[in-house]
Amino acid sequence: MSGTKDDKAIPITVEFSGGLEMLFSNQRKHQLSIPTKDEAGSPSNIAYLVKYLCENVLKDPRKDLFILDGSVRPGILVLVNDADWELEGEDKYEIQRNDNILFVSTLHGG
Amino acid sequence: MPPTPCAICRTNRALILRPKDHSKLCKECFINVFETEIHHTVTTNNLFNRGEKIAIGASGGKDSTVLASVLKTLNERYDYGVELILLSIDEGIKGYRDDSLETVKRNAKQYDMPLTILGYDELYGWTMDQVVEQVGKKGNCTYCGVFRRQALDRGAVRLGVKHVVTGHNADDVAETVLMNLLRGDLPRLSRTTSIVTSTPSASNDPNSHTNIKRSKPLKYAYEKEIVLYAHHKNLDYFSTECIYSPEAFRGSARALIKNLERVRPSAILDVVRSGEDMAKLVPGADESCGGACSSQVPAAEEEEGGCGSSNGRNAGGKMASMEAHLAQNEVAAENGLEIEITMNGVNGQRHNRQDGGTASVVNGKKGRAKGQAFTPRKAPKQQVMGQCKRCGYLSSQEICKACVLLESLNKNRPKNHIEVSSHMQEETNGEVHNVTRG
Repeated sequence: MSGTKDDKAIPITVEFSGGLEMLFSNQRKHQLSIPTKDEAGSPSNIAYLVKYLCENVLKDPRKDLFILDGSVRPGILVLVNDADWELEGEDKYEIQRNDNILFVSTLHGG
Repeated sequence: MPPTPCAICRTNRALILRPKDHSKLCKECFINVFETEIHHTVTTNNLFNRGEKIAIGASGGKDSTVLASVLKTLNERYDYGVELILLSIDEGIKGYRDDSLETVKRNAKQYDMPLTILGYDELYGWTMDQVVEQVGKKGNCTYCGVFRRQALDRGAVRLGVKHVVTGHNADDVAETVLMNLLRGDLPRLSRTTSIVTSTPSASNDPNSHTNIKRSKPLKYAYEKEIVLYAHHKNLDYFSTECIYSPEAFRGSARALIKNLERVRPSAILDVVRSGEDMAKLVPGADESCGGACSSQVPAAEEEEGGCGSSNGRNAGGKMASMEAHLAQNEVAAENGLEIEITMNGVNGQRHNRQDGGTASVVNGKKGRAKGQAFTPRKAPKQQVMGQCKRCGYLSSQEICKACVLLESLNKNRPKNHIEVSSHMQEETNGEVHNVTRG
């Protein structure tokens, strides 16, 4: 939207499934622009994205169903462009333009 | 990080990190390995017989959807020669089951399997909405759990099916092992850890409820891999939480399992294996019937807590809260169900299992004095299984749990309601309820 998006923001797609969409306005897919750098000036990584999501996108009060002790709740899988985030450095993964980050919960029932 | 190549094909980029052995696989190799392992589980345990008709307990959720998909694939690939059908249970909870049932209906088309949906109202004369209206939101999970356990068997009987498979996965089994361990309920371990929970036939009637076989082909499959399989195969499943136990997330045993997994992923299968090994050590667990009836009660108590019966709002993993939680469950169970049911004459039976020689010992203290290291508090193992006098369902009691619960429900049914038998309920009742609910 702003003219400086190339320098200041990274466009990404964030998806929620497995029941997590319930926490995010019942919407599976979110197109977002997140800052390129976190408060400390380091390139934005998943840890920062999670914090950003909690502060800006997650409206549901039950935030603990998404994060626990500052990181993604155990039982929620994170896929970076379809790859398990554990293969990508977990929350240290530095987010790239047009990345697709999927959070899928294994915690909900059928 | 540079992309890692798949450990199997060494060509494609690895997308999956397997929790059980840390191997890094590409999508195609993962799907193949996942299916092959289920095939291995099926064949090494002789789960299926050629010509058998098998009902898949289908909820529309990830586990049963993956189970249906994989079994269809394997049945075709390896020519099991079994006939697969879908069996869904509708608890009668408005706004909860509706979407899942729609998913199951789509699955039926996608997998080309016939689908039967049976409602609690049809089976028991009560929907869960009506039960909650009468007993309140506290404790209704007991009813739901008892009804659900029998519902699949009853449904199978109606369909003339002798074998029901369910989507229980390794995480579910590990969770149950931990729960039983924390409760000190070792006798129940053998029931909850065995992959087949067949029931010895107590009657010659081919239509009796007593000879439905249950099995869990996904018993060794990680929940994580089930979800990844569904994701990478683009399977159509639905995730939901029961509206009567929101945020339960199946309680804190589940949270503990997930925390363990994050620290050491192999922990889940290790707990499952430990459970199996411990079950073997429980006196009287298997010997009496040569293992053939290692689990007389069809998938019964194992599912306890499998749903939202624990109101686990606590964020997770702390042992203290876990224990408090279990204590709560225990109290709930004993206040409600257990006492009602165990009162009539279980005492004599409960010790057979501890030591073959002390069958006549009647209470727990004597058993202990004889040097037994533990005294299981409940869950009589070596029960004489018979049939419920009322409904014919397999039961160690004269009247099965469901019928006991139904009796109390029916007794208290508001006066303006027509009295109905436990099996049939006219639609009019439902309408009356709708009206009163507004």
